[in-house]
Amino acid sequence: MQPVGAVVPLRVDIAEKTFKSAQGVSITALQDLSFEVRQGEFACLLGPSGCGKTTTLRILLGLDKDFSGSFQLPEGGSNRIAAVFQEPTLLPWRTVEQNVRLALPKSLRTKNLDGLFDTLGLASMRSLYPAELSLGLARRAALARAFATEPAVLFLDEPFASLDERTAERLRHLLLTVWSARPTTALMVTHNLREALMLSDRIIVLAQRPAHVLGMFDVRLPRHYRNPQVMSDLLRSFHQKFPGVA
Amino acid sequence: MTAPDTGDRPPGAAADISSQSGLAAALTPVLTVAVSLLGLCLLWGFAANAWPSRAFPGPGQVGQVLLAEAANGDLFYHLGATLGRVAAAYVVAMVVGSVIGVLLGSHRSADRFFSPWLVLFLNIPALVVIVLAYIWFGLNEAAAIGAVAVNKIPNVVVTMREGARALDPSYAEMAAVYRFGPLERIRHVLLPQLQPYLAAASRSGIALIWKIVLVVELLGRSYGVGFQIYLYFQLFDVAAILAYTLAFVAVMLVIELLLVQPIERYATRWRRRPA
Repeated sequence: MQPVGAVVPLRVDIAEKTFKSAQGVSITALQDLSFEVRQGEFACLLGPSGCGKTTTLRILLGLDKDFSGSFQLPEGGSNRIAAVFQEPTLLPWRTVEQNVRLALPKSLRTKNLDGLFDTLGLASMRSLYPAELSLGLARRAALARAFATEPAVLFLDEPFASLDERTAERLRHLLLTVWSARPTTALMVTHNLREALMLSDRIIVLAQRPAHVLGMFDVRLPRHYRNPQVMSDLLRSFHQKFPGVA
Repeated sequence: MTAPDTGDRPPGAAADISSQSGLAAALTPVLTVAVSLLGLCLLWGFAANAWPSRAFPGPGQVGQVLLAEAANGDLFYHLGATLGRVAAAYVVAMVVGSVIGVLLGSHRSADRFFSPWLVLFLNIPALVVIVLAYIWFGLNEAAAIGAVAVNKIPNVVVTMREGARALDPSYAEMAAVYRFGPLERIRHVLLPQLQPYLAAASRSGIALIWKIVLVVELLGRSYGVGFQIYLYFQLFDVAAILAYTLAFVAVMLVIELLLVQPIERYATRWRRRPA
């Protein structure tokens, strides 16, 4: 399989990011955070709750420009980024299909989305409004929107949070199916170690606030070999390498 | 406002239930309105019979004047003129007021600076604005419509400022990540979120505007419902005054039923329960 889009990998080098609270107290969220995601690689940013994972993602998405340091997004290909947010963030006044098409660049607006909707089990829900979907289905629609844009890099911010475990597990499999059809450089934020071990090629482990990289954990095994037995082995070796994390 | 969630019922089921009683449900409000208005007319008729006076005509007399004015074409000429002014002033007030309101709602420092101006303009009496507009810009159509719009703009600004403060930033961030164009952001992200506020400003706006338009016509125009009412006031013809008033109220009611409500239903079609 040929990785698509990215020529330059995703390179992050954030020197410092501080927040000012309403009382004027400044809190350092990120310090000397630097890592790389290779092209076509699915990486996970793993860390405890509140350590600054989402802050990192917001900086990479260009939503937060108040930081010192730099980052480089993959160039070439569509030169676009896509994001799956913590909440599905679908426009409630547009149908599922309109939500997906609105996110597409003008040149792709009329493209055939049947395959994508079929894969994600949304074929019969294209004309529904987001309020008519369950949370699980809304998250699928958010995945459809992200993959439809054929991005150079994909950011996912705990896309399976607040779902029951069975639904989350099905969505993880769907995500892998869609991603494998077109392996995109992807960075997913999660605090769920099992999820990270199941989905990613590499786990970037973050320390408590202020966040910086504790180390990397490579999962070299192809995903279809990661059965429950192998997963518990992976878990054990992860805990050996990073005692006290997750 | 929102009914409790009915759980796992498929979306189609709701439509089936509502279509069975659809006709009755659609007719009930219309019937209620008709009966209610009829009751008011009867009450008016009794009162006019009990205290017969030239200054208090019954519904029959007013109806006769209405028919006579309609037959000679005067009614429609003056109604049309007033309606045109109402529409023009409404469009100007909504567009200008919405733009200012959204800007103030999304820029806190600008809001702090212009807030006193807003309070000032909110409290200038309509009559003063109208008189000044006629003095400064002459007795012309632009001055008339402008004066009405200026009276309404501060109200629209206040409502739309609240709307802009209630905007959900996550939609704007999604639009930024997926690179929506400026027009797409306005059409698909901004306006749908502002829709309830636009509806509220429109509702209160039309009612206020048509009343101010009458004053503007009374003071400086030679045709329109306001001019006619002034004319019949000088002739002490209460029946004609009421005829013109009721005719225009009826026009506004028809606009509400045939234009405003269908547009609102269309704009809120995505809500599970129409508000």
